[in-house]
Amino acid sequence: MSTFQIDFGESTSKIVGIDLGTTNSLVAVMELTGPRILSGIVPSVVSATESGEVIAGEPAREMLITHPERTVYSVKRLMGRGLADIGEELKLFPFRLAEGSESVLQLSLGEKIMTPPEVSAHVLLKLKNDAEAALGEPVTQAVITVPAYFNDAQRQATKDAGRIAGLEVLRLVNEPTAAALAYGLDKRRDGIVAVYDLGGGTFDISILRLHEGIFEVLATNGDTHLGGDDIDHLLMNIALEEIRSEWGEDISGNPGAVQLLRRAVIKAKEELSFVPQAKIDLEFHGKRYQREMTLDVFDRVIQPIVDRTLGPCRACIQDSGVRVDEIDEVVLVGGSTRIPLVQSAVERLFRAKPHTELNPDEVVALGAAVQAGILAGDVQDKLLLDVTPLSLGIETMGGLVSKLIHRNSTIPASATETFTTAVDGQTNVLIHVVQGERELVKDCRSLARFDLKGIAPMQAGMARIEVRFLIDANGILNVTAKDLRTGKEHSMDVKPSYGLTDQQVEAMILESFEKAQQDLTERQVREARVEADAVMAAVDKARHEEAYLGLSEDERAAIDRAVNELLVVYHSDDHMLIRDKIDGIDQATQSLAEAIINSVAEKALKGTKIDA
Amino acid sequence: MGQVYDLPTLRMRYYEALGLEPKLALDLEDLRKRFYERSRETHPDLVGSAAEDRMAQLNDAFRTLRQPVPRAEYFLSERGIQLSKDVPPELLEEVFELNMALEEIRGGDESARPQLDSARERFTEMQAEIDSGLAALFTRQDAEGGQETLDEIATSLNRRRYISNLLRDVDKELNVHLSN
Repeated sequence: MSTFQIDFGESTSKIVGIDLGTTNSLVAVMELTGPRILSGIVPSVVSATESGEVIAGEPAREMLITHPERTVYSVKRLMGRGLADIGEELKLFPFRLAEGSESVLQLSLGEKIMTPPEVSAHVLLKLKNDAEAALGEPVTQAVITVPAYFNDAQRQATKDAGRIAGLEVLRLVNEPTAAALAYGLDKRRDGIVAVYDLGGGTFDISILRLHEGIFEVLATNGDTHLGGDDIDHLLMNIALEEIRSEWGEDISGNPGAVQLLRRAVIKAKEELSFVPQAKIDLEFHGKRYQREMTLDVFDRVIQPIVDRTLGPCRACIQDSGVRVDEIDEVVLVGGSTRIPLVQSAVERLFRAKPHTELNPDEVVALGAAVQAGILAGDVQDKLLLDVTPLSLGIETMGGLVSKLIHRNSTIPASATETFTTAVDGQTNVLIHVVQGERELVKDCRSLARFDLKGIAPMQAGMARIEVRFLIDANGILNVTAKDLRTGKEHSMDVKPSYGLTDQQVEAMILESFEKAQQDLTERQVREARVEADAVMAAVDKARHEEAYLGLSEDERAAIDRAVNELLVVYHSDDHMLIRDKIDGIDQATQSLAEAIINSVAEKALKGTKIDA
Repeated sequence: MGQVYDLPTLRMRYYEALGLEPKLALDLEDLRKRFYERSRETHPDLVGSAAEDRMAQLNDAFRTLRQPVPRAEYFLSERGIQLSKDVPPELLEEVFELNMALEEIRGGDESARPQLDSARERFTEMQAEIDSGLAALFTRQDAEGGQETLDEIATSLNRRRYISNLLRDVDKELNVHLSN
């Protein structure tokens, strides 16, 4: 019944919003009624099976216990990082670095070698497939969230992961900002809102001004290596110590046992958000370790972690230019904010009872979907104005940093500097770009080195190369150079200090997006159902048309019968059968469709006459 | 003889980006309203990535103009006035004593701490004085124009910058966590 399809004919594919978390990930989409989560929580765990298959999500989480040496989790902690700055991570996590990690980190999953962006790509691919199955259509574009305090390299690595998974990443959105977007859509239109986001591995604090649909971030701060993971480690250390004395055995060298223990402490930790006492319970090789933990003891253990979030909060308030009492609301995001001690610390600092009514696990993905809706033009009157979390500078004489774009500048933000040569005949100028708040280059994070080469030899100080630094709306640096003497674009070589080159990413793109047969069938069934919905809606609509009244008794009965037949098979798992019944409706409504076309044409003709 | 304008010094693009006459005294509410309105017309999220450069310019403009000191510094530099980097002469003695006290504390001598506390108080007061003085100078400059007022503003800004650097050093030493 092709003529009806005009009524519901918009079939542009949806942009999904993805919360790519340290522990868990989620995908959501914007619909007419609001953002909706598309699938269950996907654990951010990836495992390589012995047969060479890479799996992600829940089945991979099971592999953590059975095949810990082939499985990785919390890989977000490694995104955009180099060998030199992951010492702490290696102590706490069972990451197995492969050879050749000096330039780019490589992880071993059994014999399979993967970079952190590739691991993340498998989580994204799982989300992509889930979304496709739920929507019944291919998904190629996404908005992905990142911690607000992620630096340039960490953002770039996240974008790379999207590309490797076959997703065009239209925007990276800061997690607390995404949460504010979902929150503002739901609860509040105007005012100053603070978002406190303590997740599995990262902490962010952002303060925003909400005004008539504009979400302006005033300041952000955080710690990209602070979260629930750290709490788990504290509890595990206590348990490992006690097991050592109780069993006379050190199980910390046994990855499977460690993962079982990790699961046991997480269970106890989560219970302590609701009851004043919980048990850490581990059974391993016929031995049993049980330990009661009261909320009091738990609070004492985690106090240092909670305290570490307060410094960034104070700095953020300071930078935002608002006073504490001007902050109307505090919103809690991230699973770790369910912990009572976290909630009371936030309440004390902000002198306001924090809001917990939105599901802290889902709100970031929902906000990402809203931003996707904004980009698609489906959500109107909403606009995010985010900031860059870290200052951007260049190295000057004596290893000092000259700041070009200050932290908390609204993005996109730009700065222009003119460079020249220092000696006669010099043909290239090297620019070292760093990110951070400190005054010395060695205390900041190296971002990239740009080599302005091919400068025509001339007297020192005569060359004039104007370099423009632009931090785009994703928080990623773009650099262009112009020769002011010729007015032409000046070429340069870029050497990112961390991360993958374009070619490396290109080579990693997961070309064969093989999906399990089950996924495929599921998708086909969903697609068929979507079409069935559309056809039935069209028929319902047509029943109100004049043309419908003109049908014979028999013709109307045939339509009713065809619709009933479709309803009967609608919930079956056979997409062929559903399609068959859709065809049946098409046939039964053929004369109705013709009659409608005729009446539309007639009306149109009448219309012209009256106007004329 | 035709007039030769040095264009970059006369452009005041930040004001232009927000649709404003180049004035030193600005109404912040109005400024924010303009910024929001123009953001809706310019942001790449709404009008496509080609607008990224224009939005960057708008952001740079709002960031600079919304704070009185960066606004005045921008205004002066567009008018071709450079701020001096010298120590304001009237502060020389004070600065000398302050540096001594800072040295003592860095060396572990805590007896200088009360001196730093009182210096901090004094500098904060001075800064507040300069700020209210600047506000008056802004109004005068906007009403009458003239090089003299501009020079006065430049002197005040230089003094203010110097004092805020001093305050930063003192705070670093006192380990004051400003928590509002």
